[in-house]
Amino acid sequence: MRNTATAPNSRGAWRSVLGAYGFMAPAGALVIVFFLIPVAIILYLSLTNLASSNFTSNLAAMEFVGLKNYRTLLNDQFARKIFFNTIFYVLFTLSIFNVTLALIVSLLTTHIDRGAGFLFRALWILPRITSPVVYILIWKRMMAEAPFGILNQFNTWLNQPTYNYIATNPWVFVVVVNGFIGLSFGMIIFTSAIESIPKDLLNASLVDGSSKLQRIRYVILPLIRWPLLFVFTYQTLSLLTSFVEIQLLTDGGPGLYRTEVWSLTAYHRALSNYFGNAQWGYGSAFAVLLVLIGVVLAVIYMRVFRFDELVAEPRVENL
Amino acid sequence: MKVFIDQLTKKFGDVIGVEDLTLHIDDGEFVAFLGPSGCGKTTTLLTLAGIYKPTEGEIRFDERVVNRVPPKDRNIGMVFQSYALYPHMTVFQNIAYPLKLKKVAKAVQHERVEQVATTMGIGNLLDRRPGQLSGGQQQRVALGRALVKEPDILLFDEPLSNLDARLRLTMRGEIKHLQKDLGITSIYVTHDQVEAMTMADRIAVMNGGHLQAFDAPDELYSRPKTQFVAGFVGNPPMNFLSVEVSQAEGRYVAQAAGLRLEIGRERGERPASHAGAVVMGIRPEDIQISEDGTVAGEIYIVEPLGREDLIDVRVGRHSFLLLASTETQHHAGERVKLSFDMEKAQFFDPQTEKSLLWRQ
Ligand SMILES: Nc1ncnc2c1ncn2[C@@H]1O[C@H](COP(=O)(O)OP(=O)(O)O)[C@@H](O)[C@H]1O
Ligand SMILES: [Mg+2]
Repeated sequence: MRNTATAPNSRGAWRSVLGAYGFMAPAGALVIVFFLIPVAIILYLSLTNLASSNFTSNLAAMEFVGLKNYRTLLNDQFARKIFFNTIFYVLFTLSIFNVTLALIVSLLTTHIDRGAGFLFRALWILPRITSPVVYILIWKRMMAEAPFGILNQFNTWLNQPTYNYIATNPWVFVVVVNGFIGLSFGMIIFTSAIESIPKDLLNASLVDGSSKLQRIRYVILPLIRWPLLFVFTYQTLSLLTSFVEIQLLTDGGPGLYRTEVWSLTAYHRALSNYFGNAQWGYGSAFAVLLVLIGVVLAVIYMRVFRFDELVAEPRVENL
Repeated sequence: MKVFIDQLTKKFGDVIGVEDLTLHIDDGEFVAFLGPSGCGKTTTLLTLAGIYKPTEGEIRFDERVVNRVPPKDRNIGMVFQSYALYPHMTVFQNIAYPLKLKKVAKAVQHERVEQVATTMGIGNLLDRRPGQLSGGQQQRVALGRALVKEPDILLFDEPLSNLDARLRLTMRGEIKHLQKDLGITSIYVTHDQVEAMTMADRIAVMNGGHLQAFDAPDELYSRPKTQFVAGFVGNPPMNFLSVEVSQAEGRYVAQAAGLRLEIGRERGERPASHAGAVVMGIRPEDIQISEDGTVAGEIYIVEPLGREDLIDVRVGRHSFLLLASTETQHHAGERVKLSFDMEKAQFFDPQTEKSLLWRQ
């Protein structure tokens, strides 16, 4: 198979090459239509001054400004804050919820009664399958100021002081609200990885003299190493680009850019500007940089975690 | 170490894994659990290992009741059918794992692993990973890992069933030899009766979660206490047919359509006193094709096995499997006469399927 694929010198070989491309075609088409073309478009837009204030239906009149938007961005006094906000948000949500807690929930629910574990996991999926608007509304209702917030209602009944929770600790809520959603992705992947470890292997470890905790450390964790790295990588990238929940919860506030993240800025600049001026060109510059960061991170992860080892040649003679 | 299993029952919800099993195993004994797939062999083994908790009953190692003792405190070595080697560890790490868990000093670990690996003939493979080993080599690593902790009890769950026939033969000898050398009480699960017969001191025959018999191999073979045991032990399997056994003038006769066989007094007495038909069992090697045979039949099919021929002979509506030497050529359709060695015949109660000759 390998030989014929690299040296297509007969009809059959050509056919197998065509077959390979045929199988890749659907996925390839999706990548082209939904990733490469949009990236090309925003890249082009980021080099123009297109905005709602100077918009004409004559696209030819669109002014090409070169790297001006990027220069503006680098001199933007808030870009730096937003950049570090983004790192903070991704790092904390990822490390606390999307990986660590997801792993803990998976390990716990696979070590208890199957039915109970399943139910518990089903509950954790609720935030993900709830519409973000409804989900955020629930949080806001819970946490709202007195006399509206449910939590503050209890505080009032118990003669405790009331708080404006989200406004005083916006980062806590941004991370927790996103983490509750993000957790279920890792949970599902980890759980299925743990459950696909052969039962014999798990039993062997116990008979060999391990406790259940030692079994997690010496057998289960090493065996789910790839899913772990995959979730880590995938969730980094998806957190980088996610902003809907933040937009609905704090909209980047309170105050100036307190919880604003990069992808939200791209949105704000391009599509929802305060001052009524949608700066499509400038917003695109933010988006392009985000794509760049994502691609660079993906490549680094692939190198560091050696994802190519995942697709090792099958050892057919071993079957 | 002695192992006492008393009235052990293990259920999974409503599914019965094993029920009311009582079995006492002597120190240093090699016991085989033999039975068809799904009869509860693995369940029993895993309960002994402490992976499953008994639903009812008691397990004792010597004097100590171990029902609630976790696996790690039982000092058991186990070999799995799938070998269950840790794929992310090297051969060395696999074998050293039980020692590492026991917090044995590094230097001692090295020494013990080297020693076991040499015994198992895998000393040159210590740096490999399980994925790079052949089935036979993996089997040896699994055995090494079970032995390295110097266990009190060894459990084997169909350890050879994934190996090819030749390797199976070699490993069979090696395991038995090793067990006798070390004198470790061993329980060996298999559905292959040849394995059980050749290796075990005693065989526990199981069926449908129940113990059918617990006896030495030759006892099971020549004095099976139930029809199931008679049919399961021995290859090719015993022939069964329904006969009437009667007595006239001190002579005992088993009769069926087209068939009349004389039995000696010792064998005939009990079946004759049983009211109605009984099940007669006769092994293939106890039927001969011969000129002075008393039963006429016709060869239905001849299966050459190499060393001998397996022949299916039809007598009326009965069919008998028998073994014949390849020196005489037989062919389908040939009319032959059969002589039965009735001193080897077995008789069973058709209702209870218990032997009429050997009481439990
Ligand atoms: N973990 C389990 N959960 C539910 N049923 C089981 C489980 N393990 C075994 N059984 C059932 O118990 C019976 C005996 O199984 P097992 O001990 O594996 O048989 P054997 O090893 O003799 O082939 C079978 O009916 C099997 O389906
Ligand atoms: Mg089994």
